[in-house]
Amino acid sequence: MANPQDSLSREHGGIPWKHVIGYLLSIILTALALWVTFETGFSTRTILIIIFIFAFLQAALQLLMFMHMTESSEKKSKLTGQTQTGNILFAAFIAIVIVAGSVWVMSAGHAEHDHHKMDSKTHDMKMDGDMKMDHGDHK
Amino acid sequence: MAHAEVHDHNTPLEYQSETGRLNILGFWIFLGAEIALFSTLFATYLVLMFRTADGPTPHELFELKGVLIETFLLLTSSFTCGIAIHEMRRRNRKGLFTWMIITLALGAGFLGYEIYEFVTYVHEGAALGTSAFWSGFFVIVGTHGLHVTMGIAWITLILIQVARRGLTPQTSAKVFISSLYWHFLDVVWIFIFTAVYLTGMVLHNG
Repeated sequence: MANPQDSLSREHGGIPWKHVIGYLLSIILTALALWVTFETGFSTRTILIIIFIFAFLQAALQLLMFMHMTESSEKKSKLTGQTQTGNILFAAFIAIVIVAGSVWVMSAGHAEHDHHKMDSKTHDMKMDGDMKMDHGDHK
Repeated sequence: MAHAEVHDHNTPLEYQSETGRLNILGFWIFLGAEIALFSTLFATYLVLMFRTADGPTPHELFELKGVLIETFLLLTSSFTCGIAIHEMRRRNRKGLFTWMIITLALGAGFLGYEIYEFVTYVHEGAALGTSAFWSGFFVIVGTHGLHVTMGIAWITLILIQVARRGLTPQTSAKVFISSLYWHFLDVVWIFIFTAVYLTGMVLHNG
């Protein structure tokens, strides 16, 4: 992390290079994500992993180059910059747990049910009814 | 009280009052809560990804061109918003106004395209209640659109205040905080672009 005063005083220059570079990199990352998605023919899994890495990189660019996340309001202390950064990293962790956890729980449940469905054709009607309740709107 | 403190002129205006400093830190904490809010909507959308019932699939309706225009407008507005803050830190009020008004115009353009997109989907038979998938879609993209709407209104009001009171430690902290909000909306859009549109198109293709 740079000295907080450095990043503040650099702002007084003429051309805001930090912003220009951040903007160009964002456009490049967006274009790369498009290319990977529609032109490469990678497997679905590979595509998803790559485009999500690009998304997190681009979010980091916004936070660091545009929003000055690590910048501190106090002169001699980096405390506010560190608090801001730590808070956003913690929120990102919570977000990843919520999203990946939900998707994992729900898809794991599906696999169980689908498997069940296959060898439960001879099972009783009650089981069949349960499955209809769960999967009635699943197409 | 706070503005009686002595500062060297290198300290940006928005950090010169204690209220300004604390409000900026507090707003970063708020953004953490916003990340948690949006993560629940992303989780809902992704979990309901294949629950299109008898309605249209995203593969049938998503149109890359419109989404790319929206992405480009919002990304550029985030850049111009950053330039506006850069100008504010050079104590250039005119520069701040010019770049912020460009930012708001780009934001309005984004909103226009989004409303057009929503209207098109509804006409093609995909509304909020069509299927779980479209409920998830309209809620997450709509919540983001609502944030953009509020951002435009908020920044407009703050610019009016700056026009009346000038650039003071108080008004500049407000401008800076609203700029954080605007950049954050672009951060959320990056993930909507990736998780909602690209992922939706990839998974429903394959």
